[in-house]
Amino acid sequence: MNAEAKPLPFPQRQYAGTSVLRERGQREVFCGLTGIVWLHRKFQDAFFLIVGSRTCAHLMQSAAGVMIFAEPRFGTAILTDRDLSGMADPNDELDRVCATILERRPEISTLFLVGSCPSEVIKLDLSRAAIRLTERYSPQVRVLSYSGSGIETTFTQGEDNALNALVPWMPDTDERQLIVVGCVADIVEGQLRSCFERLGIGPVHFLPGASARQLPGVGPNTQLLAAQPFNGTTIRALCARGAHLITAPYPFGAEGTTAWLAAAATEWDVSTERFASVTQPLAARARLALAKHKTLLAGKRVFFMPDSQLEIPLARFLKREMGMELVEIGTPYLDRKMVSSELPLLPPDVVISEGQHVEKQLDRVRAAQPDLTVCGLGLANPLEGEGLATKWSIELVFTPVHGYEQAADLAELFARPLVRRSRLNV
Amino acid sequence: MQLTIWNYEGPPHIGAMRIATSMEGVHYVLHAPQGDTYADLLFTMIERQYRRPPVSYTTFQARDLGGDTAELVKNAVAEAFERFKPEAMLVGESCTAELIQDQAGTLAESMNLPTTVVPLELPAYTKKENWGAAETFYQLVRALLAPVIPTPPVARGPVPSDRRPRVNLLGPSLLGFRCQDDIVEISRLLDQLGVDVNVVAPLGASPADLRRIPDADFNVDLYPEVSRTVSAWLERSFGMPRTTAIPMGVNGTRRFLAEVATLAGLDPSRVEACEAAGFMPRDPTRSRLPRYSRSVDSTYLTGKRVFVFGDATHAIAAATVAQEELGFQVVGLGTYSREFARETRAAAEQLGVPALITDDYLEVERAIAAAAPELVLGTQMERHIAKRLGVPCAVISSPLHVQDVPARYSPVYGFEGANVLFDSWVHPLLMGLEEHLLQMFRGDFEFNDAAPPSHLGVATAPQPIEAAQVVVAPGQPTWTAEAEKELRKIPFFVRTKARRNTEHFAVERGVANITVETLYDAKAHFGR
Repeated sequence: MNAEAKPLPFPQRQYAGTSVLRERGQREVFCGLTGIVWLHRKFQDAFFLIVGSRTCAHLMQSAAGVMIFAEPRFGTAILTDRDLSGMADPNDELDRVCATILERRPEISTLFLVGSCPSEVIKLDLSRAAIRLTERYSPQVRVLSYSGSGIETTFTQGEDNALNALVPWMPDTDERQLIVVGCVADIVEGQLRSCFERLGIGPVHFLPGASARQLPGVGPNTQLLAAQPFNGTTIRALCARGAHLITAPYPFGAEGTTAWLAAAATEWDVSTERFASVTQPLAARARLALAKHKTLLAGKRVFFMPDSQLEIPLARFLKREMGMELVEIGTPYLDRKMVSSELPLLPPDVVISEGQHVEKQLDRVRAAQPDLTVCGLGLANPLEGEGLATKWSIELVFTPVHGYEQAADLAELFARPLVRRSRLNV
Repeated sequence: MQLTIWNYEGPPHIGAMRIATSMEGVHYVLHAPQGDTYADLLFTMIERQYRRPPVSYTTFQARDLGGDTAELVKNAVAEAFERFKPEAMLVGESCTAELIQDQAGTLAESMNLPTTVVPLELPAYTKKENWGAAETFYQLVRALLAPVIPTPPVARGPVPSDRRPRVNLLGPSLLGFRCQDDIVEISRLLDQLGVDVNVVAPLGASPADLRRIPDADFNVDLYPEVSRTVSAWLERSFGMPRTTAIPMGVNGTRRFLAEVATLAGLDPSRVEACEAAGFMPRDPTRSRLPRYSRSVDSTYLTGKRVFVFGDATHAIAAATVAQEELGFQVVGLGTYSREFARETRAAAEQLGVPALITDDYLEVERAIAAAAPELVLGTQMERHIAKRLGVPCAVISSPLHVQDVPARYSPVYGFEGANVLFDSWVHPLLMGLEEHLLQMFRGDFEFNDAAPPSHLGVATAPQPIEAAQVVVAPGQPTWTAEAEKELRKIPFFVRTKARRNTEHFAVERGVANITVETLYDAKAHFGR
């Protein structure tokens, strides 16, 4: 490795380990099933079958389904008392339901069986069912399983578990390559590919891609770059296959994107000049676009309720690039390995809370009276009713927000509630 | 196992949430895992409630299952009582908690809290949302009235002559269809008839209000899916009669008022008198529906084929209104309310159509496709189906989309409700003249039977013509293929604006060729 050719290392500071407030109580967070809402659009050849209760099905349609008119590539096999009382063999029932789906959707080549709270409590072994069904439908259809249950997973962990289920099916390869791990919008993928190409980094694969069947290989010369902070299990599984994780801040904002690309560039021995010539104009343009939002956001105080695991990188972006003050960063769980490059960038005295006791946390929100509270849809209107401005957090997961060209879009998501308040006069 | 994509009803604990959230002073402790809190957003988003549903979730996790989940329940109950001091507390379980058998309700009762604790057992694997709502409402009313149940026989005498008759309006709840506006409309009509409203419940009622239910002379079963269990019990235990007519449509409203008058001991001619009270254009005691329906321009509505599906109450009433009051031809009638299968079958028989009793969305889709209707009156689900089949649709029943909770006053009950029905069922249809012209000139490229009704505007208009097909004017910058491709990745609803801005930007800077870079330079320049 050519030390001189390394791009400017991102400012490093030893992270002393801010004390973390751990809370236990009512959580106002989705379960991992919700990840299907975007994964079923990302994979165009896969179907997600939740094995669960009417509650699971109702969650899916309430969280997103009622907005989607196209027939979704997901469904629920609802357990009934016949399955629970032993009048029907749940495995036979599952086989029957899978047959119906595959008959109706012959273009499906991957079927995910998704475990739920009730399927786990009754210990329905979906991994064995997946093996059995794969034998039956192979080679046309591959049947995989993972858990999206609320007793084991929170919101975005569903994506992590789904990707993790794909890892064993990735072929071995010794090729030197980069895999970007974590679902990003198609437009983001295109922009990042173009960046890597101009930097001379490649070949580059994205996980997930548009297909659950055409998977990239993995092996000892595979480098991983995480695009989302919630795919720790998948990253660890890929590392167990010989891959290496390039630790970096996440590509949110101009600074975050530069640092993220720089980490890969270092690994690929990209010269400082080349790195600068590719990224500087992009970063400058992003900063230009960010400037108008900074005027509005700087000095404002923001409170993150736990939701998608994006809270820590987003808080870093808002603090460092937008000049916002961080009242509290709530996160469903703290995977220190996945945010090891983010934590040192936060102010040493920042309050990070892990888990949730929603009533106590709302008491803190009320006491702090932040300028903006980032929270789920169940809490947003009630907090608005108390006079607090809110940003509903699910939009941060459903909007292209990664990379240089989206930096200002990301800032605008936080600015819009404040702009709207200042515009309204009713 | 039952394979489903969309569901008409949630699990029964959602029904319990509807009761708790509709009321004041009630708190619901739900033994449930993380994720079940999704239900809060039904109320905060679809109903745009500016307060959280009064529900505490125990949020147990996998690691708790080996240990003491019962202790979690007790803690949650104690904390909720301490924080919210409810007049009555519902305690129950969602589907997963039912499997671990902690008996949350019994645990809560054993804590001897100084409030009314109502344990709820709502079997999640056999029952559904509306049953859960009806059962919860009944359990709550019964728990509160238990101390004052009279000893039989409980028959009541006639309404005393020294006061106006009093009724309770039972059944309106959040996530029910247009309940809030209906109760305004019905209360006004009852007032004109000379009848007072004693308690409206569950919507807006407190436990103290429920204790006053026996003060009324009889009950109005306004939404039987939610209220029938309790009204039947009140009839048995308190001798309170109840209404059966649903005040939907002009005729339905007249039948309802006549039934109320009879139960109240009022002269039935008062119904006519109060309806004929005035002839002002906006007289709330009369509906415009008869005048509109008899107007000659409405002749094109004659015999329009209509498929009706929804909860039983709204579906049956809507089918009758469609047939009698708009002159449509009902070609299918169905409900997902299995509890009301008998009533629905009877109504279908009267209309001479087969009854469809199912909660399988795909079966409803098949039935609608087979019936080939010109209009679908259904729920949010039928809106999906109708859209796919290219058939106009109006929503008449829960389940709801946020669009089905309009800002304007729009009851579906009473005389004003009949006006609302006329407008909202006729509006999605092609207008008469347009229909004629379509038959005369089928080849018109922008006005043909594949195009949406012309008065429905841009929301359903064909996609704008893509630039590739547009001839570039001299002096205008041209788009590189790559930039053009990038532009298409931008959502269609902002694409036109992005194209215009980029071209404007390029012209200003003398850029002849728009590249991907120009596109993003322009994006950064204009921002939002």
